[in-house]
Amino acid sequence: MIPAAFDYYRPKDLPGVVALLQEHGDDARVMAGGHSLIPMMKLRMADVPHLIDMQDVDGMNGIYVGDTGVRIGAMTTQAELIDSAELADAAPILREAALQIADPQVRYMGTVGGNVANGDPGNDMPGLMQCFDATFTLFGPDGERTVPAREFYEAAYMTAREDDEVLTAVSFPTPAGGYAYEKQKRKIGDYATAAAAVQIVKDGGSCASASIAMTNLSDTPVFSEAAGAALVGTSVDGDAIRAAVAAMLNDIDPVDDNRGPVAFKNHVAGVILTRAIERAWSRA
Amino acid sequence: MSKKMHITLTVNGKEEEFLAEPRELLIYTLRERLNITGPHIGCETSHCGACTVTINGKSVKSCTMFVAQADGADVTTIEGIGGPDELHPLQEAFKEHHGLQCGYCTPGMITRATKLLEENPNPTEEEIRFGMAGNLCRCTGYQNIVKSIQAAAATMNAAKEAAE
Ligand SMILES: Cc1cc2nc3c(=O)[nH]c(=O)nc-3n(C[C@H](O)[C@H](O)[C@H](O)COP(=O)(O)OP(=O)(O)OC[C@H]3O[C@@H](n4cnc5c(N)ncnc54)[C@H](O)[C@@H]3O)c2cc1C
Ligand code: FES
Ligand code: FES
Repeated sequence: MIPAAFDYYRPKDLPGVVALLQEHGDDARVMAGGHSLIPMMKLRMADVPHLIDMQDVDGMNGIYVGDTGVRIGAMTTQAELIDSAELADAAPILREAALQIADPQVRYMGTVGGNVANGDPGNDMPGLMQCFDATFTLFGPDGERTVPAREFYEAAYMTAREDDEVLTAVSFPTPAGGYAYEKQKRKIGDYATAAAAVQIVKDGGSCASASIAMTNLSDTPVFSEAAGAALVGTSVDGDAIRAAVAAMLNDIDPVDDNRGPVAFKNHVAGVILTRAIERAWSRA
Repeated sequence: MSKKMHITLTVNGKEEEFLAEPRELLIYTLRERLNITGPHIGCETSHCGACTVTINGKSVKSCTMFVAQADGADVTTIEGIGGPDELHPLQEAFKEHHGLQCGYCTPGMITRATKLLEENPNPTEEEIRFGMAGNLCRCTGYQNIVKSIQAAAATMNAAKEAAE
């Protein structure tokens, strides 16, 4: 499998990346870990005459855990996420999810920025970012701007990022309460048949707030506000969970593919969300 | 064809310099250009791990890296881990515990396992299975691979203790 030929660039800073993107327009693509892009180029499903490798670009690394929020540089790898004790403390769901992405080799290379910028509905981080109500920082010819993760995804591989912008960081308020990332896959290393990200805050015996997002069940990640609302004020008993699942099923739009027919996807989505809510509640 | 690039790589401690198209996949550089044929091509689609090498301290599927990305990098393949004259404890353990049958997956398996044991010198069976999840084997059923890695870990830990 030999990809089409390309010119290769390895700029040292963000303005250098943006200048190349402006010069080559549609014909240029940035590469982070390359573990979504290279397979697509080998299959010749992505045509990239100008490839901009960002491995040497300064200022897109590092995990900052502050008093109220977390900021993760786009070039941070999944392996670095998993190894960060600070992050495991501040947002343990991220580690739980990252451990369910691909396999060790892929996690050494795959980055948070690549995972969220890619726009593949199968990627796991975009759903988590919906759950967190995260903000993405983009850097382009006019400098920096931010976009809420919940407004970033337009359709499969279509996002609010302009062609000449680089996603430099993801930020989110430190998540509160119990958490769970549940993922159903055909085998270890596979993308999700269905996955659910849940954060629940408990107050006394009842649910004070809940945030629920689903992965690979629509052409974008799905933040199901209604599913979260169905839990608020309840004791998260069977009835409340069934109501949350019903609300979630209204918000997703799975399609038939090699992971199964629509009825199966809906079934699995319900099972996975039920498990995620129960586990998050038990940790709340 | 695009412009050729001047590439410098350190492979198994030896510096290599050559001109290559940036799109060349590292596995082809190793196998066909440098004649280092330990790393195998199984799937060529980033799934099987037969092409695993260590690049700057990370286990990487070399079918999923362009040679241009690896420019300046330090690469270790199975050839740099041990050979017939002096087997690495992992190689010895795979031989002893039937960690291989056809041997196709073995270079990738052992190369990955060196890194796993470096990060976690005392892995449980579950940790071994999880840490080796990027390497597929169609022969052994994995049981003896797990055993081999456990045995190598014990040998390596004993040697470390003896040295202290
Ligand atoms: C065998 C295998 C299994 C996998 N399983 C999973 C899985 O279960 N779950 C999952 O989520 N992922 C999975 N992946 C994908 C993997 O996590 C990718 O690494 C990740 O999706 C992309 O990250 P990357 O850094 O490799 O991005 P790249 O491949 O470098 O880039 C992906 C896309 O994003 C763009 N891009 C990258 N970085 C930026 C940036 N900073 N700003 C703007 N655009 C950018 C690129 O131009 C490209 O279009 C799997 C991959 C493989 C090979
Ligand atoms: S040949 Fe590279 S992962 Fe299979
Ligand atoms: S020994 Fe044959 S594939 Fe593993």
